[in-house]
Amino acid sequence: MSKRRPYVRPMDGWWLKNPYYVRYMSREATSLFVGVYALILLAGMVSLACGETAYNNWLMAMTNPVSIGFHLAALAAAIYHTITWFAVAPKVMPALFLAGKRVPDIAITTTQYAIAVVLYLGLFCMVWRV
Amino acid sequence: MTDIEKTIEIEVMRYHPEQDASPVFKTYRIPYASDQSVLQGLQYIKDYIDGTLSFRWSCRMAICGSCGVMINNQPKLSCKTFLRDYYPGKIRVEALQHLPIERDLVIDATDFINKLESIKPYIVPREARSLEQGEYLQTPEQLARYEQFSSCINCMLCYAACPQYGLKPEFTGPGVLALLHRYNADSRDGARADRMQIVNAEEGVWGCTLVGYCSEVCPKQVDPAAAVNRNKVNSTLDYFLRFLMPGGGESG
Ligand code: SF4
Ligand code: FES
Repeated sequence: MSKRRPYVRPMDGWWLKNPYYVRYMSREATSLFVGVYALILLAGMVSLACGETAYNNWLMAMTNPVSIGFHLAALAAAIYHTITWFAVAPKVMPALFLAGKRVPDIAITTTQYAIAVVLYLGLFCMVWRV
Repeated sequence: MTDIEKTIEIEVMRYHPEQDASPVFKTYRIPYASDQSVLQGLQYIKDYIDGTLSFRWSCRMAICGSCGVMINNQPKLSCKTFLRDYYPGKIRVEALQHLPIERDLVIDATDFINKLESIKPYIVPREARSLEQGEYLQTPEQLARYEQFSSCINCMLCYAACPQYGLKPEFTGPGVLALLHRYNADSRDGARADRMQIVNAEEGVWGCTLVGYCSEVCPKQVDPAAAVNRNKVNSTLDYFLRFLMPGGGESG
């Protein structure tokens, strides 16, 4: 008779058992902030379509300290998500080859930061008309 | 104090299916030397303290892939991890996470081996060549497209790192998918269409949520997370090409 009795360990609370998993779950959790932010923005668009009073009410609501607090938290979450996303992007896209040589991961990540900086500078210039 | 007098504590997971309902931990104090690996520590316990301790090893030089264990909660090759990295702290050794424990530090690798066999882990020649035609030639770029993925030593550390595998053992998993990619990315190979069925399946690449810890723990820099996630692109292309080309297409 076989004496085998392979033991399978439970997975409860797995994401708290390793700092790497905690970071992974935080990255996933940032999507909640992005989701709520998108809904708020959508509400703004709808109120804009509804007319001036509705839009002004929405603008008023946005100056509420709770709203400002949420937007700061959402900004932090979005920045964290962007950093983690830029870091994994070289793993997600097909391997890039230039002149027969593999483009190193660090070059891909740096290029993304460079593009982001240029886009944001452009955006700020447009908004503040400098 | 010279190395001779120093000691270090190792806490080892023990599980004897004949008598234990679940694993228990036992602590051993062994002589410390800065050039000793954790594997040598385990061997000391087996030789001088408790001969019933079971664990796997073979090459002692990070190439056979059989000595993987959890060391202080991180998947590591015990022959490539040194006591000096933890001294004077305590070391805690457990069987590889997410895999069924057979006895002490020995895990049941059946599931991994079956998956490994299922992917045709060998080159199926794209075109038959006779001996007179000579070898199959590759450019440096063609080699670079798969070389890193061919370094896998089947140590299963990436499975111990993957919570998705722990939650859903049907998931083909990082190491096997990386090896699958190694053959699919080889210009000499012609079995891509067969292997894509494994990539596209529910248990294939889509079981991955990009935790990324597998690539972190891999002792051979295979980067299985990259292999799995690049194949999400391939799998998507495969899906759409099926509509464009009846009978299925071969995607990049
Ligand atoms: S991919 Fe790396 S960690 Fe996974 S089995 Fe292969 S060598 Fe081990
Ligand atoms: S004993 Fe072979 S890899 Fe450690």
